[in-house]
This record gives sequence, structure tokens and C-alpha cells, in this order.
Amino acid sequence: MNATVSSFLKDAKRVSADLRHRSLIQNALKGYLVKRDEKKAQFQDWQHARQTAAEIKWDAINHLDKYLAQFADNAEANGAKVFWASTADEAREYILDVAKKHSVKSIIKSKTMTGEEIHLGQALEKAHIRVVESDLGELIVQLREEPPYHIVFPSMHLSRHEISDLFQKKLGSEPTDQPEELTMIARRAIRGEYIKADMGISGANFAVAETGMISITENEGNARLSTGLPKVHVAICGIEKIVPRMEHLALFLPMLATAGAGQALTCYNSLIGGPRQRGEVDGPEEFHIVLLDNSRSALLADPEQRDALHCIRCGACLNVCPIFKNVGGHTYGTTYSGPIGSVITPHLRGLQQWKHLSQASSLCGACTETCPVKINLHHHLLHNRRNAVSESAPFIEKIAMKIFAQVATKPKLFEILSVLARFGDFFLGLVRNTVLDPLGAWTKTRSFPNSAPKNFKEMWRERAAKKEEAKR
Amino acid sequence: MRVTLMVPCFVNQFYPKAAMAMVEVIERLGHTVEFPEEFTCCGQPPFNSGFWDEARPVACQALQNFSDAEVIVGGSGSCVAMMRVFTPELFKGRKEEQLAREVASKTFEFSEFLVNKCGVTDVGARFPATVTFHDGCHGLRELGIKKPARELLKNVKELTLVEMTEAETCCGFGGTFAVKFPMISTSMGEVKCASICATNAEYVVSNDSSCLMQIQGVLDKQGKPIKSMHLAEVLAKQ
Repeated sequence: MNATVSSFLKDAKRVSADLRHRSLIQNALKGYLVKRDEKKAQFQDWQHARQTAAEIKWDAINHLDKYLAQFADNAEANGAKVFWASTADEAREYILDVAKKHSVKSIIKSKTMTGEEIHLGQALEKAHIRVVESDLGELIVQLREEPPYHIVFPSMHLSRHEISDLFQKKLGSEPTDQPEELTMIARRAIRGEYIKADMGISGANFAVAETGMISITENEGNARLSTGLPKVHVAICGIEKIVPRMEHLALFLPMLATAGAGQALTCYNSLIGGPRQRGEVDGPEEFHIVLLDNSRSALLADPEQRDALHCIRCGACLNVCPIFKNVGGHTYGTTYSGPIGSVITPHLRGLQQWKHLSQASSLCGACTETCPVKINLHHHLLHNRRNAVSESAPFIEKIAMKIFAQVATKPKLFEILSVLARFGDFFLGLVRNTVLDPLGAWTKTRSFPNSAPKNFKEMWRERAAKKEEAKR
Repeated sequence: MRVTLMVPCFVNQFYPKAAMAMVEVIERLGHTVEFPEEFTCCGQPPFNSGFWDEARPVACQALQNFSDAEVIVGGSGSCVAMMRVFTPELFKGRKEEQLAREVASKTFEFSEFLVNKCGVTDVGARFPATVTFHDGCHGLRELGIKKPARELLKNVKELTLVEMTEAETCCGFGGTFAVKFPMISTSMGEVKCASICATNAEYVVSNDSSCLMQIQGVLDKQGKPIKSMHLAEVLAKQ
């Protein structure tokens, strides 16, 4: 068992037994569900909206080469510099080069999961550049020196008291349990950083091919300040973020807000098309867009699972996933958690090393049902399981499955085993809750039924015999 | 109608009474029930674990047992989903694909058979008890079944149905998931049982016995008095 799997199992065990965590997350998400349902009802037909969004993304992803080229051409025509980063290394190197060229000492960052994915923050800090997170949730986890808990709500696992304690310790503020006061403490701390920063780094929610603009969705206004005030703005954008036309945002912006946060629209939605243009009085002097592949093209090459690239990173699938709710975002041990993370991480980071994420699911399908762009999420978990087994199946499990296949295709043998299992109940009773219990994984926490005194086949035959008797 | 019964392997072993209750209800409506004794399993365990090559001969055996059926009824949403949704995918591009699609088109889950196929919502049952209903995920999301079970329960005389919060949240069974990730499965089961107990119902009813195995397993460990019953067992009561 590799280290990734064993730490997943250890964390899953610890967190799923943590009743405080369980109730905190359940309550947070209950609120989200109520708001989300309200906003879904404001659409004329949410299911039709999903279908339309899926079709737009299908077109975008299945013609990604055309749209990416169109995006880059239009962005460059507006004065943006576009860098095509095949790997995380290339992306980090490019951004570090830009920072070096401009003698950057301090960077203000708005939320970017793609930046998280390539561990950009760590790389910048290693180069002795100060990085400040301007998104409140990201600031909180940065101060706690832990990764974001959720791709949309980075600190949803913390109570206001924990945040107050954190701010007391790290920002020297007074204790408070009022969310408004906590927000003001963070605002005061970050406000000065926007002016000080030599460079702003952002992500991008969408990249519009038609106009070469990136679209950023936010509630706090920190992305507008991070991308507008510093002299240099670098946006890092996964290649799958493409939407073909501006008018598509009229559908995607409300859907992202609804599915992601239960809002009709987020407070700020910005379109950034280039650096300061001639005649403009403010804006960055340089605007760089780093288009990131980092194995997305491997997923693109898989026609069965290509729709996973439709993802708009709304986080809705995390919010409805019972596994996510019970083990929490940190247990996944990787940037993208929840159902989407469980589907794409084996593709982005290695199937054999990360297949356990695709296995740790009851396949309930709540994710697929909720996804605004209709990704076939839970079926892709099955596909990943199949692919992992084709590549390399664990020996004992393979033998067990072969035996099962043999037995299940021999009805008489199956029947004999069914009857024998009844007597097995006695021996199971003897070893219950000991090391020898073969059903230990189940019986430690749940009762296991005894085999019925007669199985259905026997009951059926008896009933048929009685009917024959009655006829005579 | 000539109704062919599909009895999942674990129902055969642990919950034969649920299957027998299905027989009683179907016969009460005037249909004849057939039971292919050579059917063993739909092949879902190896399929779910990614062992599709090992699942195929088992699924093939299932197809052969049901190829001559007029209509097939199963009492478990997960096994019906396997036969209707996943078996055709398992045989995509292979010679068995045609048969898989044919069998899929005539396979029904028990409650959808009664309500959607037979057009019956009152099977003449009587069960004076307070019950709550758990939607098995496969039936709910793979087969799209939500209303039939409730319409049937509504017409059971003297029965009170109380809906739990989060009726659609997974109980945590998920087949091999329950033993491969027992701690996650258990905590999901605990969340489900908390919803169930909050209804103060006497019985938790479902159209999937595997869910009930998980739910009863957790309820027993917690020493709770609520009992689990398959939908067919409720409908068979008179």
C-alpha cells in the first residue's frame, strides 16, 4: 500500500469519526442547499439550462485546439502576453521569470485553484518573494499553513471562534465571534498589501475565445483589486476554462453562482482583456496569461471521460457528496477533492497512485445529478476503477474475482455454497470481533445478518411442492 | 402477465422473505410468477470493483436466464440498475450487446413495475404502523424512481408515512465500498440512521435490501428499536 493511500485511509478514519466536524459541515451545507434550491427555482428550467451549458462546453472541449488558438490570438491582439505551459514546472518557471524581470518583492494573490495545483505559492516563497492571499478564506488557510479545504470555500471547516483565535495570534487582533468584525480585521490587514504589491496573481473562471478575455467571478472584490492595482498581472488559467463566446457567460455566470454558492450572481464579475490600453489612466502595465495543460490533454484524449473537462469548478459536487461531507476536503490529499477530484486526479497525477479516490465512493450519483454541466461523474469513477484493474490488478483481489466468476456461473455450486454458508454462521459467531473474523471490516461497527434458515430457492421449491400437493 | 422474478444473490441468502412477499403481491394482482432457479448473480460485485472481464460471464449467465422472459421484476434497485444500465455498457460492441439491450428493456424494479407498468397503486394492503422510506441510490438516480414507492405506501390502509430529512442521501452501503472503506461507510450509515430515528417511525422501509442491511446493521449496533422492512413486505401485509 503506498503512502498516499495509507494517509488517505488514516485521515478518512479520523475525520469520519469526528462528530464535531460532521455536524459543522452538515450545517454549513444545509444552508447552501436551501439557497441553491431557491436560486435554481429562479431559472425558467434548470434542467434545460444544464443541457445547454453541457452542449456549450462539449463544443468548447471537442474543438479546444481551435478555441484556444482563437483565445490566444485575441488576447495577444489586446496586448496580453500568452504563455502555453505544458507542465506545472513550465508554468512556475515562467511566472518566476516574470517576477524576477520586474524585481518583484511582494505579490498579492486572489483565489486560484490552478495556482494551488502547481504549488505556485510555495515556489514563490522559496524564491524569497512575499505572497499575500487576498481572498478571506485563502488568507485564513494561508495563516494556518494548511491547504484549502474546499475549492470554493477554503475555510468552511473552521468555526468563527477558531478564526478569531487565528487572527488574534497571527494578526494581533481582538477576539470576536461576529463574522462582520472578522471580515473587517482581514480587510484592514490586506488593504495595504494591494498598494505594496509589485505583482498580482489571479486565476480565471472562464476564458472567452471570441474576445481573448478572462472572466473572474468573486464576492469580495479582492480579485478586482489584486488584478487592477499592481504593475504586473499574471493570470493562470487551465486550458479547459474556454467558452467560445461572450454571450455564453450570460448562462455560465448565473449557473456558477447558483451551483457554487446558492447566489443568483456573485457580487463582482470582471472581464479582463489586456493590460492598460493607450489612453487609459490605470491598470497593469503588463498582463500575462499562463495557459496550463498539466495533463489536461491526457484527459482530452480519453473520449469516454473527456467531459470531465467541462468542469467549471463550482464545487456543487463536493457539496452533495456524502463521502466529502464525512471525510472532509483535506483527507483527499490533493488540490481537487470531492467527486470531480476523484475523477480527474488519477488522470492528472497518475492512475495507480490515485485510483483509491475513485474507489472511495458508494456511487450514489448525487454528484452527477447536481453537476451544472452534466459531467457523468459517478460513472467515470467506475471507468477509472476498470482502467486501474486493466493496467494492474491487486493479486489477491483478482484471484477472488476469478473465483467469484467461476462460482457464479455454476448454479449448482452456488447453491451448495449458499447452504453451507448457513452453517458458516455458527463459526462466524465464534470468531466475531476477533482477528479471525473475515467480516471484521463490517462487524466492527455494524451487525451482520445471519443467513436465512431457508434461502429463497428452497422456499420457492417448497411452495411449488405444496401447490402441487394442494392440486392433488 | 407472465412475470419472471429476479432474486438478487444476497436477497436469496439473507432476505428471502422479501422476495417471497414480492411473489405474493404480484400473484395477488393476477399475474403468474416464474423463477429461473439457475440465476445466481447479476455480476455487480466484480463490475463495481473494475473487474469487467470477470463480471462478463456472470452478467452473461444472467442474460441467458432472462432472455425468454416476458417481463422481469427485481426487488433491488441496484441489481435492476446493473441489468438495465450497466450490463449493456459491459457488452458494448460485443455479440451479447443486442441481448443485453433486449433484456434491459423488459427489466423493472418492483415499485415501478406495479405503478408504471401495471398502473396499480393500491395492492389491497393493510399495515397499521408508522414508517419512513429510504430511497436506494441506484433506484433513485440510475432508474429515476422516486414516486412509485410513495404512491403505493399512501394506499396501504392504516399506514402513516413520515418523510425523513435527507431521504435521498446515500446510506453508505455501496457494495464493496462498505467493506473496503468501512469507516466512511459507517459514518454515512450513522448520518442516515440519525435522519431515520428523528422521524420516530417504527419501521424504515426501502426498495433495496442492501440499503436495509446497512441501515439495520447500524441501528442494531446503536441499540435502536426501529426495524427495517422491504417495500414488498409492507405491501404483502393484509
